Amino acid sequence: MDILNAIVALSNFVLIPAIAYGSQLALGALGVTLIYGILRFSNFAHGDTMAFGTMATILFTWALQSAGVSFGPLPTALLALPFGIAACVLAVLATDRVVYKFYREVKAKPIILVMASLGVMFIFNGIVRFIIGPDEQRFADGERFIITAREFREMTGLQEGLALKSTQGITVVTAVIVVALLFWFLNRTRTGKSMRAYSDNEDLALLSGINPERVVLVTWLIVAALATIAGVLYGLDKSFKPFTYFQLLLPIFASAIVGGLGSPLGAIAGGFVIAFSEVFVTYAWKKVLGYMLPESLEPSGLVQLLSTDYKFAVSFAILLIVLLFKPTGLFKGKAV
Amino acid sequence: MSDKVKTIGLFALVAVLIIGTGFVQSWNSALLILNLGLISAVMALGVNLQWGFAGLFNVGIMGFVALGGLAAVIVAMPPTNEAWAAGGIRVLLGLLLGAATIVGTILTYKAMAPGKIRNITLIGVLLVGFFVFRTVFDGGVEAIEAVNPSVSGYLGGLGLPVLIAWPIGGLLAAGAAWIIGKTALGLRSDYLAIATLGIAEIVIAVLKNEDWLSRGVKNVIGLPRPVPYEIDLQNDPAFVERAINLGVDPVTASTLYVKLAYSALFAVVLIVLLILAQRALHSPWGRMMRAIRDNEVAAEAMGKDVTARHLQIFVLGSAICGIAGAMMTTLDGQLVPTSYQPLRFTFLVWVMVIVGGSGNNLGAVLGGFLIWFLWVQVEPIGLWLMQTLTSGMSEGYWLRDHMLEGAAHMRLFTMGLILLLVLRFSPRGLLPEK
Repeated sequence: MDILNAIVALSNFVLIPAIAYGSQLALGALGVTLIYGILRFSNFAHGDTMAFGTMATILFTWALQSAGVSFGPLPTALLALPFGIAACVLAVLATDRVVYKFYREVKAKPIILVMASLGVMFIFNGIVRFIIGPDEQRFADGERFIITAREFREMTGLQEGLALKSTQGITVVTAVIVVALLFWFLNRTRTGKSMRAYSDNEDLALLSGINPERVVLVTWLIVAALATIAGVLYGLDKSFKPFTYFQLLLPIFASAIVGGLGSPLGAIAGGFVIAFSEVFVTYAWKKVLGYMLPESLEPSGLVQLLSTDYKFAVSFAILLIVLLFKPTGLFKGKAV
Repeated sequence: MSDKVKTIGLFALVAVLIIGTGFVQSWNSALLILNLGLISAVMALGVNLQWGFAGLFNVGIMGFVALGGLAAVIVAMPPTNEAWAAGGIRVLLGLLLGAATIVGTILTYKAMAPGKIRNITLIGVLLVGFFVFRTVFDGGVEAIEAVNPSVSGYLGGLGLPVLIAWPIGGLLAAGAAWIIGKTALGLRSDYLAIATLGIAEIVIAVLKNEDWLSRGVKNVIGLPRPVPYEIDLQNDPAFVERAINLGVDPVTASTLYVKLAYSALFAVVLIVLLILAQRALHSPWGRMMRAIRDNEVAAEAMGKDVTARHLQIFVLGSAICGIAGAMMTTLDGQLVPTSYQPLRFTFLVWVMVIVGGSGNNLGAVLGGFLIWFLWVQVEPIGLWLMQTLTSGMSEGYWLRDHMLEGAAHMRLFTMGLILLLVLRFSPRGLLPEK
């Protein structure tokens, strides 16, 4: 029995990665849920919007790096982030003008908007692959670790090391700041309040003189920013590959639905639920159990519930369970 | 222009395009386009059933197609006797135990009153069931995958004629569709889209990772064929003589003969399904379906069970996609899990249905042929376009290389653009619903 080492191993391999991944998912799911609340359709292009914003950020990062600019111990990508967001905003607003605006005006069924978003997804995907190529890109620079496993072992004298990657720290800090800003905006400012009013009851909002086009514009601005930040954080933490971002669509949608589509608080909770279940189910528990259990009971296998290749199955299974038992999600979203 | 003339004209255009390929490129490539066009048309029929008849948005076509492909392996490959002896029974027992766990959970859920005790019992049943399942199942899988892994390492199939796999593929796909439909139908329409997107990814993950079932990324090759092999034809004196009498080189003649035999088989399936779909569309059932699609509330008020009808048509449409998947794997003669890409198997079929005309079976079939033809021919055109655009740049200039390399990704862009343009300017497609 060695509780301390077990806790350290657990944090190192499960808790910290899951918190970082959960923050990334939560930011992605916030974008999906905002679009759903205001524009009333599931945006299938969200994964590729993230990819587009990340690609723009990577290009600016490279430009900054070749100009000799660096951000000290922090990744240069954080300096490039505002430019990436700006590029993503432009792309998203142009898409809204050319594609979605028409369907809003003719009051098309939501499913038609979903199909249109599918077309947009292709086009974004094609553009991203055309510009940066389909291969993996790593663009994290600066310090790699806040604490390395060895430093931690020397510091505490424990057998297990605890590594905290700087990208994980940045992810959590950025996510907290972004979410705080978003909630302040939605709850305290006039524009934010008008957005919530529009989402709650469109007709009533129109009657009270809220300009719908302005609400839509602000929504796209926020969504583009959220998507780019989520994409960049994910890319810094892992790596950037266009196809992976397309695949992120499933966990992101699962997070948004688990939390309740249209509910920002739910999106955050959903992101963590999905991330924790994914990591819990695909982690090999041998090490942690080895510390926890008496020697005679020590497991012989890896004690991995599912191989990591099935992590999408986890989001999917949770999605199905929520749809079966609580279709409005944990935080009472608007969709039934 | 009357509808009939337009329909005949458009189909004639497709025929001219394919025959033109035969004259300009080669008859082998023309027949290849025809064969895959036939399969695409079957898929488009299935999707048209779901979208055109009922307004259900399925973005997991790839998964159902892949299940059809799996059926071809399970039915047609010869069984690996050693693997069966090593762990076949154990794997089957494991799967049975897994299924029993799920059934047991559902029964417990129904039998007990809601509350904390029920939740704890449910978790207990699931956990115990899962670990028992894994203990039995994993050992079997290990034993099977250890059997001669470089050439087999999987259970093999039943060794039956491959044509039987086509209906079986439909059944497998229908089963998966039933599970999805049961959970996601009756809720908001977007949920079905998301759930189907998920099941497709999972089916592909299973095919890639469950080596005992499908050899995973090692691929199953050499599936038995429903038609003769080229080499046998070339060794058959009667065939060679006939080919020489017709003035064709015997080797070319044998490849053409095999492809034509496939075309005939696929055409039979397509025609049977088309007749069935047409009959269904014009039957009271078809009218009811369209009534539900156009106004769910009114149809429900007339006493129609909307969710049950949706489930019915969703399962039927997915079954057709499964049949098409089994046909395609039969044509390829191999199952390659990595070749299943959502772009090619889900979204391309969508473009076919929308461009052809959703709600019109002939439109879907036309879209299947036309878009498949474009899909095959767009790449050379894209490359040509890029070469023309970059012809002014000097050799080795980075932008030139970059653009030539990127030509391959233009397919995504083009398909997205076609989808958006048709959806916006001609949402009823080439052959609109009457």
